[in-house]
Amino acid sequence: MSMERETGHHGDSHDGHEDHSEASHGTVAGYVTGFVLSVVLTAIPFWLVMSGGVSSSGATALILTAFAVVQIVVHMVYFLHMNTKSESGWTMLALIFTLVLVVIVLAGSLWVMYHLNTRMMPMPHEMLNMP
Amino acid sequence: MTLPLASAPGYEPIASTFWLGRLSLDALPLHDPILVATFIMVALGGMALLAVLTYYRLWGYLWHEWFTSIDHKKIGIMYIVLALIMLLRGFADALMMRAHQATAFGDSTGLLPADHYDQIFTAHGVIMIFFVAMPLVTGLMNFVVPLQIGARDVAFPFLNNFSFWMTASGAALMMVSLFVGKFAATGWLAYPPLSGSAYSPGVGVDYYIWGLQIAGVGTLLSGINLVVTIVKMRAPGMSMMKMPIFTWSALCTNILIVSAFPVLTVVLALLAMDRYVGTNFFTNDLGGNAMMYVNLIWIWGHPEVYILILPAFGVFSEVVSTYSGKRLFGYTSMVYAMLVITILAYLVWLHHFFTMGSGASVNSFFAITTMIISIPTGAKIFNWLFTMYRGRIRFELPMLWTIGFMITFTIGGMTGVLLAVPPADFVLHNSLFLVAHFHNVIIGGVVFGMFAGINYWFPKAFGFKLDEFWGKLSFWFWLSGFFFAFMPLYVLGLMGVTRRMSKFDDPSLQIWFVIAAFGALLVALGIACFLIQIFVSIRRREALRDHTGDPWGGRTLEWSTASPPPAYNFAFTPVVHEIDAWWDMKQRGYQRPLAGFHAIHMPKNTAAGVILAGLSTVCGFALVWHIWPLVIASLAALVVTTIVHSFNYARDYHVPVAEVERTEDARTRALTAHV
Amino acid sequence: MSDALVLAPSGDARLTSTDAPVFYDAAGTHHPQNGTLLGFWLYLMSDCLLFAALFAVYGVLGRSYAAGPSGAELFDLTLVAVSTAMLLLSSITYGFAMIAMQRKQMRAVLGWLAITGLFGLAFLGLTLYEFAHLINQGAGAQRSAFLSAFFALVGTHGLHVLFGVVWLAALMVQLRAHGLTVANRRRLMCLSMFWHFLDVVWIAVFTFVYLMGVLP
Repeated sequence: MSMERETGHHGDSHDGHEDHSEASHGTVAGYVTGFVLSVVLTAIPFWLVMSGGVSSSGATALILTAFAVVQIVVHMVYFLHMNTKSESGWTMLALIFTLVLVVIVLAGSLWVMYHLNTRMMPMPHEMLNMP
Repeated sequence: MTLPLASAPGYEPIASTFWLGRLSLDALPLHDPILVATFIMVALGGMALLAVLTYYRLWGYLWHEWFTSIDHKKIGIMYIVLALIMLLRGFADALMMRAHQATAFGDSTGLLPADHYDQIFTAHGVIMIFFVAMPLVTGLMNFVVPLQIGARDVAFPFLNNFSFWMTASGAALMMVSLFVGKFAATGWLAYPPLSGSAYSPGVGVDYYIWGLQIAGVGTLLSGINLVVTIVKMRAPGMSMMKMPIFTWSALCTNILIVSAFPVLTVVLALLAMDRYVGTNFFTNDLGGNAMMYVNLIWIWGHPEVYILILPAFGVFSEVVSTYSGKRLFGYTSMVYAMLVITILAYLVWLHHFFTMGSGASVNSFFAITTMIISIPTGAKIFNWLFTMYRGRIRFELPMLWTIGFMITFTIGGMTGVLLAVPPADFVLHNSLFLVAHFHNVIIGGVVFGMFAGINYWFPKAFGFKLDEFWGKLSFWFWLSGFFFAFMPLYVLGLMGVTRRMSKFDDPSLQIWFVIAAFGALLVALGIACFLIQIFVSIRRREALRDHTGDPWGGRTLEWSTASPPPAYNFAFTPVVHEIDAWWDMKQRGYQRPLAGFHAIHMPKNTAAGVILAGLSTVCGFALVWHIWPLVIASLAALVVTTIVHSFNYARDYHVPVAEVERTEDARTRALTAHV
Repeated sequence: MSDALVLAPSGDARLTSTDAPVFYDAAGTHHPQNGTLLGFWLYLMSDCLLFAALFAVYGVLGRSYAAGPSGAELFDLTLVAVSTAMLLLSSITYGFAMIAMQRKQMRAVLGWLAITGLFGLAFLGLTLYEFAHLINQGAGAQRSAFLSAFFALVGTHGLHVLFGVVWLAALMVQLRAHGLTVANRRRLMCLSMFWHFLDVVWIAVFTFVYLMGVLP
């Protein structure tokens, strides 16, 4: 549903300059590299969990998170061609702002809800288990 | 499909059929005299309007010139017209509430049955925020921003039209809920478990959910539209720090819209899932957590109030500098203040539920962030005062509204900082003190700002100013009415009176409610004077005509165009060198070009927005009443229409040179005749 | 002294030396840049926040089993691994479609798009199979808050993939109708961003929902 604003006769003659001035594009090598990295970064976490790898859940969770973050960055760079030049830096700015808000929403909600839940009055059935 | 079991007392399950869902003649409130009377008035008025339109053969005109228009100016005006119509309903709700509360003492149960009263305060809140304040703000930004940045339209003109109609569609569902079925009786944010299917099994909360979801789509797309417009379509030479300050406020507002509204979409969708599918997000059992709803809805809700106020701040900045004849004081600090407010808006939301019990450490964090966020706003007030200092102030209507704002909003801001102190909030939460506070800032800030903006830009939109006498009358009624209506509520709140009460036992409170009701009447007069102002201005328009396009000695680019501007806004794209670009042009001997025009590339009108929104209304109605075949059919129609529309590649045309020349020559003649 | 573009009485725009600054684009050479790609990116950012809210809900409610089944009991990680592979492969095949687009090879574009669509449908099929299996076991969305949050999050992602596949099909028809025009290339780039974005979200889903969900 995009709106094109090229005039009829300008349309195709703008092809060349549109391509180079707008979004960055990938290369076969780039996509393959991204793909291979992603496969590795997916396989290791799956293997780790399915084989019952690390003993501590907390440590496993941290490792999984780290792998996910790295793979997301791989996707951003190799598939989405993220860079600071695109749209005069607005793309990167929008991404950073969004990530900040995502962190606030996630961390904030978890922090707030944990406190709220902990301070809830015990329900009658829970009272049975209290000392 | 069977309804979930309801445990609400006195609940009678609504019988369901396949083709009509829960809909039947019982949905019509024939037993309620107020509603029947309202319906008769609306029906008569509506039929009269239709008759007039048909008699004067205006349907074609309306369809081609307005409803299918992708012109940002027309869309902006339509938003504001929608908002003013909804203001009448929202304010009627307010009058009923004030009348009820002023009389619901002792033996009297007031004018309204309790359930009716509950629906009214819910509808009042939903309408005022979503269908009055949001469209006013969006309409103003739509109209002004492209003109201020020297552009010919917004980045996505079709999407703009679609966004308007989606907002109208949500409003339509709200209006239908008045006569077919009921509305939610949960308060404007519809907290579960009350809004869940166990305690609100009827159609009311469903109307709420779908009305807001549909309108929310429109708002989100409009947000994306304006951000891209401001980023990509500024005139050459207009760097970010040379943008008009209203455009900056629009940028910050729309960034808030794009980032906050998805959260509202999720929350309402999850509530809908609880009600329709029987999931357990916010139920009392099976692991649900109603507090998560409160948490998420306020993560949206707090940025929402900044979405409402930032454009008002932008209006005041433009108005103060224009009518003081001076450049805005501290432009850079004004920009930074708005950017800081934008970021901090996401760090304060818990102050809406200090009492929900998250404890001292969490409460203190959010209390501190809330207090910090008042600082940039304070800085802005000082900057406006410094702009006025040593200026040659002209007390035109927009300036009156601005001064009214400065006094009123400052009081509201101070009570906000008071509420930000958790121990104080533990006493004042959900009291009438809170109600007074938010009305103080929304009326004093947003409403006064919108009236200032409307009076300021009206001549640009329509070619003649608004009548000053009736405007001043409206202003003084609003200002005095606000104080009479809400100062008593501060007192009542401090005395411990809870909000949303439909019956009171303590007769000593009654006098305060009576004063508040008197205030509401004054505001009603203010609204009446505003409507008269418009009517009188249209009648006197030749005397009020704006011939030059710059009736106020403006400073920004919109004042360089004719009033009203041609569809293409600018025959030549302006080139900008300084802040206050139009002022700069006037100072440096700008000569308006008289020849050498080019054909101008413009987008075509489209019916797709109207059709898609109409289908959305049908789909929403069908979802409310559980008319499943209609839900499926309208969803399918929506998908098909969208795909068909995407196959339309012929969306623009050129305004021929001859037409541009004619338009510009007409302007030249107007300018030379009225030098 | 500076050169400026002014209107001569004859009506042509001419360069003459004057001190007056230029206040308008007389030559009409200024074209506003197309905003579609930035606009679509901003829409994706809003979608990111939509998923963030869903993840927050899952984070808060994800262990509320209500004495019902937990992730460890329900999740079939092999199935999830295959789904992940389908989506990842679809990402790279879309990438190849984009490269073919740059090289103006229409048939290759359509071919790679078709394969992408098939991988997408495979992913959807597996998701639906998983959902049906869970519902059959009595582990539907109504069983507990954990399951409600699971179905909402994974279901929303699946819904996005479905829209992507429908869009892909429509775009293939439009490509055959109009060719690799500027407008169609922009649409391909938008769908590309959308498609890769969905894979990014899936990384978060399989990590936080499935892999961590089976941990004790």
